[in-house]
Amino acid sequence: MMTRRWRTLFVASIILVSAGCTRKPGTASALKPTGFGSALIESSGGKQIGATGMVLTQPVVVQVNDDQGTAVAGALVEFSGPAGVSFDPPSGLTDSSGQFSTNVALGNMAGRYQLIARIFTKAQKSVELKIEEIALGYQQEVGYQLDNKYCARCHDPESTAERVSNYDNLEVKPHPFTEGDTLNRMSDADLTAIISHGGPALNKSALMPPYGYTLSKTEIEALIAYIRLISDPPYHASGMVYAQR
Amino acid sequence: MRSSLLQSMKSALSSLWQKLFGHPVRAFGVVSLLLLIFLAIAPAKNHFSEWRHYQKQYLSLIASRGDAVTLQRHFHDHDGIQQIWLPQLGVVDRCTTCHVGLKEASLADVSSQPFRQHPVIPHTLDQFGCVMCHRGQGPATTVEEAHSSTLAWEQPILPARYVQSSCGQCHRAPLTGTPQLNLGRNLLGRYGCVHCHTIKLPDGSAIKPTDDPPSLEHIADKTTREWIYAWVKDPQAYAVTATMPNFKLSDPDARDVSAFLIANSTPLAGDTAPASNDSGKDQKTPDPAAGASLYGESFCASCHAVQNAAGNVVGGDVGPELTRVGNKVKPEWLRAWLRNPRVYDAGTAMPHYRLTDPQVSLLTAFLGNKTDSDLLANVHLDAATPEQIAHGKLLVTEYGCASCHEINGIKKPDNFAPELTRIGSKPLTQIIFLPGMTHAIPDYIAAKIRQPRSFGAALKMPQFSLAPAQIDALTTALLSLTDRAHDLPLALTVPAKPPSNYQPAGKAGQLMADMACFSCHAINGRGGDMAPDLIWEGSAVQRPWLQAFLKNPGTLRPALIRRMPRFNLSDDDAKELTDYIMTVYQTPAFDRDSMPASGYPPAQVEQGKQLFYSKYACQSCHIVDTKVDKGYVGPTLTQVGSRLNAAWIYHWLKNPQSMRPGAIEPNRNMNDEDARALTAFLMTQRGSSKQEAKK
Repeated sequence: MMTRRWRTLFVASIILVSAGCTRKPGTASALKPTGFGSALIESSGGKQIGATGMVLTQPVVVQVNDDQGTAVAGALVEFSGPAGVSFDPPSGLTDSSGQFSTNVALGNMAGRYQLIARIFTKAQKSVELKIEEIALGYQQEVGYQLDNKYCARCHDPESTAERVSNYDNLEVKPHPFTEGDTLNRMSDADLTAIISHGGPALNKSALMPPYGYTLSKTEIEALIAYIRLISDPPYHASGMVYAQR
Repeated sequence: MRSSLLQSMKSALSSLWQKLFGHPVRAFGVVSLLLLIFLAIAPAKNHFSEWRHYQKQYLSLIASRGDAVTLQRHFHDHDGIQQIWLPQLGVVDRCTTCHVGLKEASLADVSSQPFRQHPVIPHTLDQFGCVMCHRGQGPATTVEEAHSSTLAWEQPILPARYVQSSCGQCHRAPLTGTPQLNLGRNLLGRYGCVHCHTIKLPDGSAIKPTDDPPSLEHIADKTTREWIYAWVKDPQAYAVTATMPNFKLSDPDARDVSAFLIANSTPLAGDTAPASNDSGKDQKTPDPAAGASLYGESFCASCHAVQNAAGNVVGGDVGPELTRVGNKVKPEWLRAWLRNPRVYDAGTAMPHYRLTDPQVSLLTAFLGNKTDSDLLANVHLDAATPEQIAHGKLLVTEYGCASCHEINGIKKPDNFAPELTRIGSKPLTQIIFLPGMTHAIPDYIAAKIRQPRSFGAALKMPQFSLAPAQIDALTTALLSLTDRAHDLPLALTVPAKPPSNYQPAGKAGQLMADMACFSCHAINGRGGDMAPDLIWEGSAVQRPWLQAFLKNPGTLRPALIRRMPRFNLSDDDAKELTDYIMTVYQTPAFDRDSMPASGYPPAQVEQGKQLFYSKYACQSCHIVDTKVDKGYVGPTLTQVGSRLNAAWIYHWLKNPQSMRPGAIEPNRNMNDEDARALTAFLMTQRGSSKQEAKK
């Protein structure tokens, strides 16, 4: 009799505890889509350069369209990404212009992050959109700042409101740092040489001046680390070669 | 039933006792066995400890790698529990016991913790340890205790998004690699946080606000009660870039605050100017196109932004946004302000342009048209009653408006809000967290900034309009204000440049204050960074060029959007300024007259030209021949021979950064002969002033 009472108590407490553990945040289930689209497009916020662990300066905005290409309001969009990436909010309904916006914090390792936005069509078919962002570590961040100050004026063909690009004015065109096809074939030693001693160090144009007396060794390493990180297609270090054991 | 159960248990126990201890020999054996078991507990605990588990995992991870032998040797050099002890910094860290691969460069591809390689940073583990930057419990040897806050320890690991705050504990000056911390510190001044919250720095100084909120002593001369009402209700509705926070005032409260501010305002002689009626016959409706072009020519956009039709805010952020300025200011006030802003606000960053009356009328009409019909459409205020004004005064006092603004009859309150000097180490026991919030100081600070009134509707802290990245930056800056930052020996910190309140002397000094040179140029550590530092301008330029430039600034850098505006100086004033600059702002590094302005041998000039175009390829950034060269990075050099001093050019070529720290022109380690030849060539580039006039 007593044991039974204990058992009932025990079972009740187990149920209570497990209920407490499995309680989900109410928001996720509260979102009931009122619209269904069939296409997901990126509006803005892709290809940003952020820093490890930090929130990207621009939110990532996606738009849900239907078959005719018109925006769908009230469609449910869910974001997911690699470990360490967080979204605020991770899911939600599109607004009246068919857009959903989320603030993204990247993970703790420097590198490329592929974010996935997902919607379900009326037929419960999943439609995915991949968005890529780049997270800079400390070293690459220093490189990024140096690039902004010294290199981007010529190496970046795009002008900004604050900085008019000099790219078009140059007889020999510099390689944009994202140009992986060319830059990935150059070794770190080659890049160090051309940054330190200018174009002629690799039999290239003298329009590229030497920075070896302006930048320190650490700064040049940081610049190369940054160039390697943003190159497209991505750069893969050849790694060390060891004798067979 | 109950007693029988007890009875049977009793007999079972006594028989067990008999079996174990009934015989002395048996008892001895049992006691020995128990002792052995107890003795084994400690080694077993050690053997099965978490850190050993991780070390074993690490060994199996590296066993299959190419450089296993090297990695194993590194590991076995430091077997067992590891400790970094830095008494000067108060650091006792055992993190490297589990994080064994931190220093192994060849583990770059390993992404699983705790074996990841540490990213490249300018400090070494042995010098700084781990908790200096990452917080957490250094001496702990279990994952839980090291990373999370427990009852005895309240310092969890700092999330990576705030890690730059740790740099700020020792580094007071901005660092290249910590943009978030730099931004946060900047925002503390720019959003005026430090008007209400005192923040003392370890060196004893306090962070100073940089936002310069306007005085409200004569506000009735400048604007209407309706505008004040709309503004205090929602500042960002008037200007999206406004830094004034939203106090979430109710309609009656906003009505009373506006009533008080208008009633409390005193007139100021000369801060309004009626439309000139003396030249009534010339007064036609000013041409809006002419106003727009005067706005452009005066480079108003270098400091003031305007929101365009696409919603983008274009322009500088030194002065207020002007998108809807026509809704705000009274035309008679604007006219007087444009004529001489120093009458209304002696310390304003706005230069005294010395505009002519027709120019003032043009700009007034142009700016007066920048309105938004929706802004004040629904604002209808009846005449203020004395009760409303009294209640308004009460509200203005309660909300601490005088912390930022000067208001007649209300003193600036001292320590209006809690001091934040050591906020980064605030004990968690002193903090009231919201339900569901992580009990950690970064989460608390971020939540406070994001939505101050979520901690209580009666709280006075207003709602700031900040982007998520700005909130993180502010949190980072505040987290850097730790006990450690304050208690470190000063010798171990990297101090910031001390703030400078340099003020040039005499009439020239007055002129420079009048034209607000320091809003854009820096001299002796004081001033803005929009335009070049002028500390050695007297050594750099030639007197006739400077005097002419001050009268009518031309374009040195064609690619720049922001240029020096024309201040319509009189000849006397231009000469006064030129004399002062040429005399006072000279570098001790060389003698200005040590090289001649002309008379270089043609062979040397020709050699310089060759060097310019081939060896040093200066044309990639500079233009000397407008037909051939296109370089847009550096200043145009077509007239450099009549602009710059020969000795300056020579020393600049030898080492640009020694002449102006941070110059982007690379140091070419040029030999004397090349530098001389290039100087000779450049000094022959005198252009013709006619060409310049045409452009």
